[in-house]
Amino acid sequence: MATDPVNPQTDAARRTTGKVRPHQTQNEGLVFEKSSPGKRGYKLPELDVPPVNVDELLGAAARKEKAQLPELSEIEIVRHFTRLSTWNYAIDLGMYPLGSCTMKYNPRVNEWVARIEGLAEAHPYRPDHLAQGQLQVIDLLQRCLIEITGMDAITLQPAAGAHGEFTGILLVRAWHESQGNARMKILIPDSAHGTNPATAAICGYEVENLKSNAEGGIDLEALERQVDGETAALMLTNPSTIGVFESQIHKIADILHAKGALLYMDGANMNALVGKTRPGDFGVDVMHLNLHKTFSTPHGGGGPGSGPVACKAFLEPFLPIPVLVKNEDGGMHWHYDRPQSVGRVRAFYGNTGMFIRALAYILANGPDGLRQTTEDAVLNANYIRKKLEDVYELPYKTPSMHEVVFSDKRQAAKGVKTGDIAKRLIDYGFHPYTVSFPMIVHGALMIEPTESESLEELDLFIEAMRAIAREVEETPELVKSAPHSTRVSRLDEVQAARKPVLRWRG
Amino acid sequence: MAYPTNYRYTKEHEWIVLDGTTGTIGITDYAQNSLGDIVYVDAPKVGDAVTASQTFGSVESVKAVSDLYSPVTGTVTAVNEALKTAPDKINEAPHETWIIKVALSDPSEWEKLLDAAAYEAFVSEETGS
Repeated sequence: MATDPVNPQTDAARRTTGKVRPHQTQNEGLVFEKSSPGKRGYKLPELDVPPVNVDELLGAAARKEKAQLPELSEIEIVRHFTRLSTWNYAIDLGMYPLGSCTMKYNPRVNEWVARIEGLAEAHPYRPDHLAQGQLQVIDLLQRCLIEITGMDAITLQPAAGAHGEFTGILLVRAWHESQGNARMKILIPDSAHGTNPATAAICGYEVENLKSNAEGGIDLEALERQVDGETAALMLTNPSTIGVFESQIHKIADILHAKGALLYMDGANMNALVGKTRPGDFGVDVMHLNLHKTFSTPHGGGGPGSGPVACKAFLEPFLPIPVLVKNEDGGMHWHYDRPQSVGRVRAFYGNTGMFIRALAYILANGPDGLRQTTEDAVLNANYIRKKLEDVYELPYKTPSMHEVVFSDKRQAAKGVKTGDIAKRLIDYGFHPYTVSFPMIVHGALMIEPTESESLEELDLFIEAMRAIAREVEETPELVKSAPHSTRVSRLDEVQAARKPVLRWRG
Repeated sequence: MAYPTNYRYTKEHEWIVLDGTTGTIGITDYAQNSLGDIVYVDAPKVGDAVTASQTFGSVESVKAVSDLYSPVTGTVTAVNEALKTAPDKINEAPHETWIIKVALSDPSEWEKLLDAAAYEAFVSEETGS
């Protein structure tokens, strides 16, 4: 009998004497379990100043017992976190086709520029006259984003997309208040990101749902019926969450403006428009951008994000303080005396490290390069659409922009749902696409390749998706019980939500 | 699962059954099935006012949080406390597991709601099946 070649992935190959364990474990313990007393990653010199009496300084607030912190050496800590990191999936490992999230590659040039000492080590309390370089970066980025969006003014303060929405709707509210009536409600299409109604509610508005038409866009007649003197704004994502451009956007803006309502654009999908068309030119009054989507700064893993808000001139007086102003000598300073401002929305001036990265991306690409990224993002999404539309149901036939939404209708007939297909995709080495969103598509598979992916990677992804579609026909159980290659498979999400265990050793 | 014919339904997938002028309200089998495993129910308090077609609470499943819309206008007279510890009862028996009871201020609203046949037709239209 021939013996099988040794497969390092099998348990048998991993089994050892029991005492020695392989270094690359799929079950790395907790850092607390690795602790042993007295280990540390530093050595301090002898104390050369008088010791401080903690009890005297803090009184009853002084801690009686030592904190139970793990004690490890430096190399043990490094290995622990390096091993943990190998369980993760990242854009640097492979395609990350999360629709609507725009998981672009983060170009290394961005990181290089952000690490230039004068920028990386800048302190937020530095006086303006010593921070002119940093201010120039911010000013140039602001001007680039104004040019790209076709708007008149901008704040870079908000720390993420939803924070940008909040800031944008505060501007809307402040403007309506200045006109004598804050108004009652905000219209939101049923295809919107969940953050839109949450934003409206947090800003004190009632949310009114706007049903999509058969093409997944805004129904102009319904809009006309629903907009009235109490409508503060419509929050619209364009292209919509099914990746379709609102071709009637001009008429939408006109209907709103005729009743004194404003048009807010959620810029989550701006990567389908950059260099091609400008929201400022098609009637948008205020919008946010996601630098961590459209402008290639890190997305996920804590980012941090950045959600600038751009607006038309009539909203400019309400922008958060401070705003950047040019001095007579050509320098710049932060200006605070703005009585109509909605106030500060973030400490200092937002996540400046992201401004440097976004500006690096814009300048490295240049106008034609940015236009090309938009074209490539749209081309990639449509390539996937064309190559998969014979095996996955396409609920909306309208031409796709930067992302494509399928439904699991055909696979559901075999009892396999979008979540199962997504989990099986993990076994093929890809991060899952966006599952069950947008809500207007039952069993949605939302795929956004971005411009980062090469034809070769797209073909690998398409091959994986087609292979899974075949498995659904032939061996549906294989897909329903996926993933099979991960350290843990299907977690008990229900139990975790109903009875969460939030502490180590309960 | 069959939809009880003595119940009335909303397009937001709540059911209501009437006893005199007190309505008992829950969510339909279609709703619990689309939501998946329910992990939390956020209900109003006894004495709170509810308005027809307005939200009165929410249900949270592993997949999503979904608003609850009141089929009628009135005052909450009882809240199903058992759902605090066992929200999964809604998944097990959606048409027997009530969320709130409401004293109707306008019993004629009942007439405007969908009957079982109309609701079933609405659901099959929604699912396209």
